[in-house]
Amino acid sequence: MSTQDTFDYSAHVPSNAEKFRQRTLPLLIFAAILVAIPLTGPSRTMYTLMHQMGINIVLAMSYNMLLGRAGLLSFGHAVYFGFGGYFAMHVMNWIADGSGIWGGFPVFLLPVLGFGAGALAGAVIGWPSCRRAGTTFAMISLGVAELVASGAFMFDGFFGGEQGISGDRMNGPQMFGLTLGPISQVYWFIAFWTIVGVAGMYAFTRTPLGKLSEATRDNPQRVQFIGYNPQRVRYMVFIFAGGFAGLAGAMSAVNYEIFTPDAFSLGPSGFILIMAYVGGITYFVGPIFGAILLTYMQSMMSDFTDAWLLYLGVLFISIVMFAPRGLAGIVFGFGAGLRGPRPRAFLITWLTHLAGIALMLIGLIVLVEIAVRWSNGYGEAFAPFGLPLAQSNPLSWLLVLLSALAGGALTRRAARMREAQA
Amino acid sequence: MTLPPALSIRGLSKSFGPARIITDVTLDIAPGERHAIIGPNGAGKSTLFNLISGLYFPTAGSVALNGENISGLPPHQINRMGLSRSFQVSNIFTNMTVRENVRCGVLNTMGLGYSFWSNIGANKTAHAKTFEILERCGLSDKANVPASLLPYADQRSLEIAITIAGDPDVILLDEPTAGMSQSETARAVDLIAKATEGKTLLIVEHDMGVIFNLADRISVLVYGEILATGTPQEIRGNAEVREAYLGDEALPEELA
Repeated sequence: MSTQDTFDYSAHVPSNAEKFRQRTLPLLIFAAILVAIPLTGPSRTMYTLMHQMGINIVLAMSYNMLLGRAGLLSFGHAVYFGFGGYFAMHVMNWIADGSGIWGGFPVFLLPVLGFGAGALAGAVIGWPSCRRAGTTFAMISLGVAELVASGAFMFDGFFGGEQGISGDRMNGPQMFGLTLGPISQVYWFIAFWTIVGVAGMYAFTRTPLGKLSEATRDNPQRVQFIGYNPQRVRYMVFIFAGGFAGLAGAMSAVNYEIFTPDAFSLGPSGFILIMAYVGGITYFVGPIFGAILLTYMQSMMSDFTDAWLLYLGVLFISIVMFAPRGLAGIVFGFGAGLRGPRPRAFLITWLTHLAGIALMLIGLIVLVEIAVRWSNGYGEAFAPFGLPLAQSNPLSWLLVLLSALAGGALTRRAARMREAQA
Repeated sequence: MTLPPALSIRGLSKSFGPARIITDVTLDIAPGERHAIIGPNGAGKSTLFNLISGLYFPTAGSVALNGENISGLPPHQINRMGLSRSFQVSNIFTNMTVRENVRCGVLNTMGLGYSFWSNIGANKTAHAKTFEILERCGLSDKANVPASLLPYADQRSLEIAITIAGDPDVILLDEPTAGMSQSETARAVDLIAKATEGKTLLIVEHDMGVIFNLADRISVLVYGEILATGTPQEIRGNAEVREAYLGDEALPEELA
């Protein structure tokens, strides 16, 4: 034991100050932002949007416990969200009835039960599906999602048929003096559980199981030879990921006071995957970026354009092809570049690249918007900034072609500049 | 009463379809012995390791660790019973730092199991144990380097570090010096000798210098069968072995 006592390893491990700066401080800042937001007097629309963001942040991060941290590609994560949400809805109604033990249960704590329901669903479904990783796991998750989604339309007693289950959150005992009636009070509920979810999932990455999850992702065979069963590691991580998804489900149940079987379908599962991936699965905070951007796109862009799903698709494909580390990779890469040896050259390259992408995007938007209107046949012309761009106007097509070409050239140039710097 | 052999292999055979890779191997390795397995390419040395460590299921025969039957058990259980192995091709956790790699190997002996309620970063004993291993393997100044960026020789050291991190009684090393330069090999032999002190070692190696330096006894595996087992002196003097495998020039001058 003497070597253990005398060897000084403190230079090789993060100091307490570093730990605080890199781990605790970002979480405190995140919490401070959430606390500060109501001071800006947000509108109803803003509240609605932010609540959905909070739910999606927890959901996308729970998904990344599987994809980013355990290397498990799931196509059915909405299932655990759905079970958490449905259970919370039922309990909400039991609270309203005031029957038995549930009469005294505060609605504010429903996410705890959502976690339990999601974890239980994960424990049941994960038992057969976590035996294999890779393609087998992905296919099983897809099958299970389809199975549960169709089951949800069959068993009306639990799932409430097509109109789902609805309830009223303003029952039972209050916590923190919140009636949860007005939307500004629901905000505190969402903010609280978003922080709890993010902090909880971060803490999980610091545990032995969290580390083993990464080890199993990197090299399941070697994990066996350090005394651990990779199947069991996957299974336990799967249960936790299901739990946090269920927590998000209960947040959603309290926020919307309704859950329908649509929540289980493949659409939401795919959207979760896209949120996490666009945000950046190699970073713990990546899914936060993705959840914020995609929730915004989902809620706001449909007001601007009929083609928003097409833009979503283009965004997803571009990220997969050109920025596989996602938005977080772009943001942190930018920061690292500015702190690098040649910040000026880096910035010029970066701006060239950005200009190129913006030009190509303009070309794409003009093309899509003209095409959508043409195809709809209402005779309405796309007129950005009062400039009418009809499909019969050669100028429109010239604009599409020129901006796409110029954008392409700029991006190419930026790529060459980057190569020269490397 | 005498101690049971650290490793006792009885009539072990493995076939893949019609191909017999290992045929009726019987071998006892005493506690604390350093035993080398040599043999030409394709003799079944790695297969033998995979059978002992639980990666493959034997077609026939059995393996006992400290008197307890381990054949048929999954690898992680065999590992928990005190047998650890390294791989011929570096088999590390590529996206983690060197420190995290070794710390993963330490978890099990710390009794941490699949724990999800404790903060590993705050575990002083795990830190100390990790750095003790890193120090022993000459890796402590590279503790925070991502494992995938390590130079080859250091990756091989890390391979050994992960293998010994769990404090095993029996250590299986599969060609630990493969692909190393002479000076790197010398350092690796040093490391192996130190790291396996007081432990039982089973080592597959091609470098005869390494083996004749390190091993108490040697087994020669040819076409899945043990041709001979004995001390380095006996093996060197064995005409059959010379013919089958060693060749005169393979023996280091100073030992021949």
